[in-house]
Amino acid sequence: MRTLKFLLQKEFRQIFRDPAIVRMILMMPIIQLILLPLAANYEVKNVKLAIVDHDHSSYTQQMINKITASGYFQLTGVSNSYNEEMKLVEKDEADIILEIPAQFERTIVKENKAPLFMAVNAINGTRANLGSAYLQNIIRNYNQDIRMQWIQKPRFNDQPRIEITYSNWYNPHMNYQLFMVPGILAVLLTMVGAFMTSLNIVKEKEVGTIEQINVTPIRKHHFILGKLIPFWILGLVVLTLGFGVARIVYGIIPLGSFVTIYAFAMVYLLAVLGLGLLVSTYANTQQQAMLISFFLMMIFILLGGLYTSIDSMPEWAKTITKFNPVAYFIEVIRMVVIKGSTLKDISKQLLIMFGFAIVLNGWAIFNYKKRM
Amino acid sequence: MTDEKVITAKALTKKFGDFIAVSSISFEVSKGEIFGFLGANGAGKTTAMRMLCGLSLPTSGEATVAGFDVYKESEKIKKNIGYMSQKFSLYEDLTVKENMRFYGGIYGLTDKRIKEKSQQVLADLHMEAEQNKLVKSLPLGWKQKLAFSVAIFHEPAIVFLDEPTGGVDPVTRREFWEMIYQAAQNGTTVFVTTHYMDEAEYCNRVSIMVDGRIEALDTPTNLKKQFDAASMDEVFLQLARKAVRQE
Repeated sequence: MRTLKFLLQKEFRQIFRDPAIVRMILMMPIIQLILLPLAANYEVKNVKLAIVDHDHSSYTQQMINKITASGYFQLTGVSNSYNEEMKLVEKDEADIILEIPAQFERTIVKENKAPLFMAVNAINGTRANLGSAYLQNIIRNYNQDIRMQWIQKPRFNDQPRIEITYSNWYNPHMNYQLFMVPGILAVLLTMVGAFMTSLNIVKEKEVGTIEQINVTPIRKHHFILGKLIPFWILGLVVLTLGFGVARIVYGIIPLGSFVTIYAFAMVYLLAVLGLGLLVSTYANTQQQAMLISFFLMMIFILLGGLYTSIDSMPEWAKTITKFNPVAYFIEVIRMVVIKGSTLKDISKQLLIMFGFAIVLNGWAIFNYKKRM
Repeated sequence: MTDEKVITAKALTKKFGDFIAVSSISFEVSKGEIFGFLGANGAGKTTAMRMLCGLSLPTSGEATVAGFDVYKESEKIKKNIGYMSQKFSLYEDLTVKENMRFYGGIYGLTDKRIKEKSQQVLADLHMEAEQNKLVKSLPLGWKQKLAFSVAIFHEPAIVFLDEPTGGVDPVTRREFWEMIYQAAQNGTTVFVTTHYMDEAEYCNRVSIMVDGRIEALDTPTNLKKQFDAASMDEVFLQLARKAVRQE
């Protein structure tokens, strides 16, 4: 126990003496939480639309007005030539071309239907998908509008209509920040837990002080605890700071209890600290540790459900996310913050996280050798 | 110096795959002795020393340090030795005093003892004014002397020094050796590797390693007689020229 006291004293002195680490711990959560949720928005706006109008009728005029009035589109070109508009797409000045055939108005009045052509620049898949969906929606509405004009008396309605009303549960205003902020907090905690720990230990390897430690009677578990405890505490500090920012900047107050969040975070930190320790037993230089960390972080974030929903991933990717601790934490923190889940609701994830903690730390301790 | 043997090695060997870094070396070191461990770069000195310190497991052979077996009792050995590696071993981002406190603490010294001992070491090194300075701000010679003092802070039976005076100026080297003599007089056995042949003259006994084997082992005077040489430098050159292994 006394040994541990000396180790902890040394670690805390070193951490707080390094201005870069202190800055990282304080600034990282604040900057990331302020910038990312505002920038990472799923809503697609300002879709650049080019219209080829061969008809020039009052109907097409009404339709174009309706499209531009929606606020999602920015009209970048109106002309008679499809080829001309295609050039805009090539120059990346248009995302969607809407072609209105000649005699559109006449056809629709006479034949009760008329074709429209939509060409979508699908380089940015999300933008293309959502943009064309919005456009189809607007045109469908317009279609109904003109039919309402024809049918003066709504007594006989030739077209049965199903209207859907909906309400968004848990996040009624579809607030993206409410969705993003907890996820980013989870990623931040992972960075502090896993990567700062691994860099810290590998630094001792690089400088050579670890060899000095290895010839002392310090027990392996003392050394490891001496490294893990400070970052465990720092992780909880970052989490607290993060919730402070979430409240002040976004007004986000978890619906569930902080006890649930911190209980899970404590176990989660154990798991990611184990991961950091594991990385440090394989890496010999800080550079190697950094590269491994970047590689893992990319996978963790992209397969963690922060930006894209895990439910819409292919089966094999879903299997990978089962081995991604970040995915569990993102899920849990969103459940508790947005839905108000309790400790009982997240007990399955908590149990899995204990499993992660045991496996990762066990593997790391097995791998850490005091002698070669 | 008594006849009590604090280090014994019998046919101690370390292989890395096909490469035999240390080939069946045998020797004994008595209590309070200053034992010089010489050899060209890559001769296997550091590997041999690391086996004795419990940092590296021997491939075969036997060895005891402070009466403990290197295979089974390495943790007990560690309580009884001090070690100063080639790489600088103090924490540069801790102060002089904090380093002493840390190393004293992990060897189980009491707070009172750490305080007394720190004052004594600071006085011996004339570094009272620097006690609250970060170690990285000190000149190399001072750092080396401090590292040695920290290595023997817990008053171990044996101290292992791996090229402790590398890159240090002649005056500081001289002072460093005075510290080594002082430690030996207090009963600490000193096991030291070096490149400097004038330092070899200061040792009670010297072993010279060539290609992983001990080629010569005796007092400096006897070695010079044996090889009909005027200085240890000549003895060393005669032996080192036989080396096949390159760095």
